[in-house]
Amino acid sequence: MTWDRRKFLKVTGIGAAVGLSAGWQLLKPGALEAAELETKYVKNPSGIPLSAGGRWGMAIDITKLDDKSCSAAVEACTKQHNVPQYLDEDGRPIKQEIKWIWETEFGHAFTEKENQYIPGDVMHSKVLALCNHCVNPPCVRVCPTQATFQRADGIVMMDMHRCIGCRFCMAACPYGSRSFNFKDPRAAYFNQKDPETGKPRLDEVTSEYPTRTKGVVEKCNFCAELLAIGQMPACVQAAPGVLFFGDMADAGSDVRRALSDRYSIRRKPSLGTEPQVFYLI
Amino acid sequence: MLDLALKGNKQYWGWVLALLVVIGIGFGAYVIQAMQGLTITGLSRDVSWGFYIAQLTFLVGVAASAVMLVLPYYLHNYKTFGRITILGEFLAIGAVTMCLLFVIVDMGKPERLMNVIVHPTPNSVLFWDMVVLNVYLFLNLIIGWTTLEAERKGVPSPKWVKPLIYLSIPWAVSIHTVTAFLYAGLPGRGFWLTAIMAPRFLVSAFAAGPAVLILLGMIVRRVSSFDPGKEALQTLAKIVTYCIILHLFFFALECFTVFYSQIPSHMAHIQYLYFGYHGYDSMVPIMWTALFAGLSAIVLLIVPKWRQNEKILPVACVLVFICTYIDKGMGMMAGGFVPNPLHEVTEYMPTGLELLVSAGVYAIGFLIVTVLYKVALSVKAEHGGLHDH
Repeated sequence: MTWDRRKFLKVTGIGAAVGLSAGWQLLKPGALEAAELETKYVKNPSGIPLSAGGRWGMAIDITKLDDKSCSAAVEACTKQHNVPQYLDEDGRPIKQEIKWIWETEFGHAFTEKENQYIPGDVMHSKVLALCNHCVNPPCVRVCPTQATFQRADGIVMMDMHRCIGCRFCMAACPYGSRSFNFKDPRAAYFNQKDPETGKPRLDEVTSEYPTRTKGVVEKCNFCAELLAIGQMPACVQAAPGVLFFGDMADAGSDVRRALSDRYSIRRKPSLGTEPQVFYLI
Repeated sequence: MLDLALKGNKQYWGWVLALLVVIGIGFGAYVIQAMQGLTITGLSRDVSWGFYIAQLTFLVGVAASAVMLVLPYYLHNYKTFGRITILGEFLAIGAVTMCLLFVIVDMGKPERLMNVIVHPTPNSVLFWDMVVLNVYLFLNLIIGWTTLEAERKGVPSPKWVKPLIYLSIPWAVSIHTVTAFLYAGLPGRGFWLTAIMAPRFLVSAFAAGPAVLILLGMIVRRVSSFDPGKEALQTLAKIVTYCIILHLFFFALECFTVFYSQIPSHMAHIQYLYFGYHGYDSMVPIMWTALFAGLSAIVLLIVPKWRQNEKILPVACVLVFICTYIDKGMGMMAGGFVPNPLHEVTEYMPTGLELLVSAGVYAIGFLIVTVLYKVALSVKAEHGGLHDH
């Protein structure tokens, strides 16, 4: 078989056209991710129903938060999502730690100090901090790739396969709710021991939640994967009567009933982000 | 024209070799970072941007400062700058390249870089920063190369370059404005949430960039037969003088608003930088060094006799560089992130590996500037280099 110029151009031309169109099909913006998310989360028939225009919200009763409920909520989250525990030799978290939900003090969670005369049990109470799933989230606004995005049900999600690790969202979040995988978290999922301290980074590992890689940002997702199969978020299940969750548009939901009975505050309301995590005081 | 960069004396090749060695070392450090992740840096959950993004911010300013040569020459027909405009444009090419490289080395997933283009997101300032920096890079490449080629051939520059030159003037302002917007639009960071951020960035850039150009001009005069001319350097020195004064004036304006209003979340960051915050004070000596360098530079520059003294002028330029480099680099990062949104303190200092990666990026930038300057100076030498064009 001889190859003259005409034949060469024809074959390579067809090859290039096929390659280009296949490439476009594979890479065209959002096609893959959208299809995946739609079947996986939004339209799952077994999921907890949400009223039209509804969004998920959470209320935390800080007067009832104690050591037990705090650590139960944090541990449930850690277990549910394999959140690696990076500790130093003294057992303290290192500065490159990952946390989705964590215990902090009232004065750190609510930095605009209300006044010094509020009841001691409020002022000295523990507070659980987590992603606020803001109605108007600055992290979503700044993300250059829409790797962090807001779902119709209000959950601010991360697409770990799209995140480029620029950490703009961490600078934008006014609540310090985002963590970056400075090192490979898979070593923790596979329960390898920390080379520095010789301790495993997770007590228990689940294969239920997807692994992450080094170089991406992660944070609380309101347990979207549990909502999709009809379960409440792990922290809410772990601290019954302390954490309330549900549809903010439904006056009969757990969270709305808790909010209608008691006075509640939010973190940094003056910024206009409209947090959907409420604190009952 | 690139072939002109292949002819040089021992000194030239020694310098190129030294840069290549530093690039190699930096690349080695980057390989370690690529394998282990950004854990090898001093960054943390609380201070999530550091030395790399600090260099980006500073170098965008150096790149933008080319406009301080282009504008007087093309809009005001200030001929003295005609012979050195090319040096500003080529410095901008090196600086923008370093900016883009610093963004890449800062990324957790550099292999996904193209996601910014595959999923364009106009509401993200980072998307626009990528657009303006890349366009500015190509504007300077095209303008610099074309005008130099015309000069080499002894013909006037093609007409189509003029609109690009005029476009490059507001574009230079845009790159630094957009870079300021990376910071100035974030609701939870009191130090950055200020409308004067972009003007502050611009004046510090127009102090730092021309200061670097004066120093480069003096080096060029020493290592080649080309002399930028005393008048050109002196005009640049006047620009530096005005802009370093404005730089410190704008900082004073910032301090007035913050400390007279006494809003704690805005005061905390400046307190941390200059006085320490709850006992954390590692930035304090660095920030006062910057402030004193700036003030001393003003003293040296404002007295005409000292400014015109070519032994004192480079000292003043180095002081301007120190002041703006710290203020816009580490000061901008540490000040913005400390204390964190929960008013907790995690301090930041770059690690050795982080500095080596940065040195590698700088060496790449210096190599680009060296090669481009070599080409430009060779062209000027071919044509006697002494006539204005």
